[in-house]
Amino acid sequence: MTAPEPRIEIGRPLAGEAFGRTISRMAHEIIEAHDDLATAVVVGVRSRGSHLARRLAKRIAEIASIRVPVGTLDITLYRDDLRARSDYPDLVRTEIPIDLEGALVLLTDDVLYTGRSIRAALEGLMALGRPARIELAVLVDRGHRELPIRADYVGKNVPTSPAETIRVRFVEDGADEDAVCIMALPEGTRTG
Amino acid sequence: MPDVIDHAVTATPTRPFPHTDLLDTADLTAADITYLLDQAESFYEIGQRAVKKVPTLRGITIMNCFYEPSTRTRSSFELAGKRLSADVINFSATGSSVKKGESLRDTARNLEAMGTDLIVVRHPASGAAAYLAHHLSVPVINAGDGCHAHPTQALLDLFTLRHAKGGLAGLQVAIVGDISHSRVARSNLLAMRTMGMEVRVCAPPTLLPAAVERYGCRVCTRLEEAVEGVDAIMMLRIQMERQGGHTFPNLREYAARYCLTRRHLALAAPDCVVMHPGPINRGVELTHELADAASSLILSQVTSGVAVRMAVLYVMWGKKKK
Repeated sequence: MTAPEPRIEIGRPLAGEAFGRTISRMAHEIIEAHDDLATAVVVGVRSRGSHLARRLAKRIAEIASIRVPVGTLDITLYRDDLRARSDYPDLVRTEIPIDLEGALVLLTDDVLYTGRSIRAALEGLMALGRPARIELAVLVDRGHRELPIRADYVGKNVPTSPAETIRVRFVEDGADEDAVCIMALPEGTRTG
Repeated sequence: MPDVIDHAVTATPTRPFPHTDLLDTADLTAADITYLLDQAESFYEIGQRAVKKVPTLRGITIMNCFYEPSTRTRSSFELAGKRLSADVINFSATGSSVKKGESLRDTARNLEAMGTDLIVVRHPASGAAAYLAHHLSVPVINAGDGCHAHPTQALLDLFTLRHAKGGLAGLQVAIVGDISHSRVARSNLLAMRTMGMEVRVCAPPTLLPAAVERYGCRVCTRLEEAVEGVDAIMMLRIQMERQGGHTFPNLREYAARYCLTRRHLALAAPDCVVMHPGPINRGVELTHELADAASSLILSQVTSGVAVRMAVLYVMWGKKKK
């Protein structure tokens, strides 16, 4: 098993109140794009996508007085890289409170990168029913797509190098403040 | 290399399951059992979907080797493998080279040479699964070996109980019936003690193994005493095929003293549940009425079985031995 190497934070492009404003703006965009959110459900790719899902649903309720149900999707069983992994991600029960048949699904994840997680999420959603429409909302788009996937709502575009990673911290997980952090290996330890 | 893998999972805490084979609940710690039961929750949810299949084990081959008759366990393992998109091959002793005198080890090595990734084995000889695990490099899952162990049955029983009761620690359970020939009883007894449950076993003295109290259970020979105040009653099948025929006079006499009835259930805790690993001999181990009553978890056990075996296949798959 390869232990992840220690990474240090080299930048914080979004944090604190700005982080909250970004989520508010995304909520406004979602409301603006739809005349009706009656069939909508926000589904977060666990675990940080679920935090975003709950935040967006809360803001939508505050802004437009519409209660949109929130669900959680575990994509582990649909991943295309399971065979390459020596550790086994713990599974979390997928819970979606409404029937997806004909629903408007607002799929949320914290970071959009290669697109492979979203591909897995789409497959997982399809197994649960046939939604009328699926839209994607991500807090950070860091580029480097490997699949033809794009987000409908983006909190912030953060250009990165493939050697860096993005870590989104939520106060729900015990962080001091909400933050999008760029992480990299310390100078001198970077390998190709 | 680890970094091109998406962050969604790299940040997920993982608890490696340390075992390369699943042979006996005696090998499992409380953390191991809890881990497997937690994983099974996700698979239980999949079983309630319209599309009950996930692509996780695509391209993986699972060999079900059944050297003993089985309906429930074999179809449960087969369904579990298929719901994970694995290719499942069922191999039974009848109609195979076993009839031509091929040894267990040779059969298994041949099956392994075909590129099998996981072997599930049911065998009438105690220790057969451990023997195979010793000789094969792929993970071996014991689906019942003689009078020894049946770990997935114990896990599914615990999963069912946890669903019904909300937790396991502190529960009082009576296991009633053919304790001495029952791998289900032994595997459950060990797992339940590990999980902090209190267990009573009840049977005619001829069907109790010597020194059974060493497992940390209370021994009762009267059914009324065994069920008093318990949260769950697990009835075991009388295994006619494993008796010498001298352990009790006849089935009617056994049933007169050990068949669970409404009268017994009234002595247990008010929300007591009744379990049975199947197949039921109605009127011998429990009455028709109780088999179909609301307190009966017998069919929930079967449903849970598929989810628990999916979890076991998912967790065991890919384990490599040195």
